[in-house]
Amino acid sequence: MGDPLFVDGIDLGVVLFVVVKALLGFAFVLVGVILMIWFERKVLADMQNRVGPARAGKWGLLQTLADGIKLIFKEDVKPDRADRPVYRLAPYLSVAPAFLTFCIVPIAGAFGGDDNGTVELFGHETFLQVADPPVGVLFLLAMSSVGIYGIMLAGWSSGSKYPLLGSVRASAQMVSYEAALGLSVAAVVLLTGSLSTHAIVDSQADSFLDWNVWRTGVLPFAIFFVAACAELNRAPFDLVEAEQELVGGFHTEYSSIRFGMFYLSEYMNLITMSAIIVTLFFGGPAPAFGPDGPLLGLGWFVLKLVVFLFVFVWIRATLPRFRYDQLMDLGWKRLIPVALGWLLLLAAIRIGQDEEWFTANGFWNGTLIVAIAVGIAFICGVAILVAMRGSDRERIDEGSAELRKVP
Amino acid sequence: MGYFQGFWVTFKKLWDRRVTSEYPKVKRPKPIRSHGRHVLNRYEDGMEKCIGCELCAGVCPARCIYVRGADNPPDDPVAPGERYGFVYEINYLRCIHCDLCVEACPTEAITESKLFEFSFTNRPDAIYTKDELLVDDDGRPQRLPWEDWREGDDLHTSAWMRATSPSGSAAYEGRVQWSGELGYGVRAPEQGQAARVDLTPPTDATVTPEELDPSTMSEGESASDHEIAGGH
Repeated sequence: MGDPLFVDGIDLGVVLFVVVKALLGFAFVLVGVILMIWFERKVLADMQNRVGPARAGKWGLLQTLADGIKLIFKEDVKPDRADRPVYRLAPYLSVAPAFLTFCIVPIAGAFGGDDNGTVELFGHETFLQVADPPVGVLFLLAMSSVGIYGIMLAGWSSGSKYPLLGSVRASAQMVSYEAALGLSVAAVVLLTGSLSTHAIVDSQADSFLDWNVWRTGVLPFAIFFVAACAELNRAPFDLVEAEQELVGGFHTEYSSIRFGMFYLSEYMNLITMSAIIVTLFFGGPAPAFGPDGPLLGLGWFVLKLVVFLFVFVWIRATLPRFRYDQLMDLGWKRLIPVALGWLLLLAAIRIGQDEEWFTANGFWNGTLIVAIAVGIAFICGVAILVAMRGSDRERIDEGSAELRKVP
Repeated sequence: MGYFQGFWVTFKKLWDRRVTSEYPKVKRPKPIRSHGRHVLNRYEDGMEKCIGCELCAGVCPARCIYVRGADNPPDDPVAPGERYGFVYEINYLRCIHCDLCVEACPTEAITESKLFEFSFTNRPDAIYTKDELLVDDDGRPQRLPWEDWREGDDLHTSAWMRATSPSGSAAYEGRVQWSGELGYGVRAPEQGQAARVDLTPPTDATVTPEELDPSTMSEGESASDHEIAGGH
């Protein structure tokens, strides 16, 4: 389908339109980041019985701005042993993917009924999102992988040990959780039959019962959410910048606005991830109930976004940090098998619908297949459990052997 | 439920009352016995109380007081008696506000106000001289430009001293055993210690030697006093 903006060919007007959309999108995210940092500090403070930023502007709203200005004017220290070009490049590599991911999120538009979120502005029909590539969801996964380069290169080029350790942790963690993330996204894609974010929103617009959370059975959403936390390097998976162990993690050696850019990208990613969750599982700008309209769509989108941002902050205020082996255990031994199994189940149901297993016609066929599938699933499950028990026992043995060495 | 109980805790805290006060905007009243910047007092006739004995300097654990006494000029005495404090300096980079100088002073010349919000940008400024410590002609502490005096900072100075008595005997709680001060007169003794029932101050401000020694007290008085003092 694609964005109707490009249907009549590309002229200067269309190019201008795209540029303006990109600028507005960027402004949206930047303002969002400024408010989000304030919001996080304020909510965290409230949950910890503190007051939080209260001096700069009304309710401390301008605190982030003040911090940003301060960062710009601070001295930009480059370590002696840093790899200069890479050291300079890394912050941009971190910010750019964060924004690019946000480009594919539909942020407004009327989706209910026969509307498909198209809006006519200045004689052009368009979607209210910066871009709607046909490979939308793949683009999301690609960009979140590219974001790792920013962190990895920052740690590596700093010429210092703590950043290197932090960045190695970060990349290992993000690569591990990418798999669970991808598998839970695949469930959504399987149901929608399209990779385009716009089509995904359109398919769940009619009623809140059509939201993918329910249609995929909540589990992919839960897995996506946990994996997103890990992807964002946020609590309880913030081992990347575990202060007690690694000083500041991969950005230890960064100062001034270069540090500011990492900070910016971190919160951009947070907003983007929440927006992606809203898009994939909660119908994006489509209303949960009541009237529909392009601007109302924006309202619904922001509302849903804020709910998830709040939950992210809430989790940070509540949960202690995971140990590294717990993190890897959760990712590889729990989330990935569960996500994979659930995806196969959804796929099986989909095929069953096509093959009429659920009608009298193909019932026996279906039952046979289900019986075989359950058998195989049981064997696989037992195999996985045995393997986990084995590895656990081995680790305990190793540990006690280590203990026995002590005189 | 175990995993999720924590979320309820943090969510409840969200609506909790804040106890933080917005410090420079809102200042809470100071405790009655808080210790702050020192004041050198005068008698009600305007004479300085300090006699330059250097007991305060001697007792100071931080060694922040420097005193030099001098003979009073016979025609224009600064303090009653033979000597007076000629130089009196306190270094506030060292002072720990322990109030031991106040305790040591035989003439109640030095007391501590409740002022603690004063600052300086170099080391010499941290040393208060006698010119700054001495009360003005009305008997009030000088309000120096860099100090933030609040209502009541000059009242109840060194209140612990005015609540107890020599040798810490509770029998003398609430009895005035200090001389009057310019501007304030004879300060009232602090009342209302936890177990004290009788809140009216004793009428006699003088103490006889027998009264100073608790062992000479009559049986009944001593018992009742100890009862009043509440597990002293």
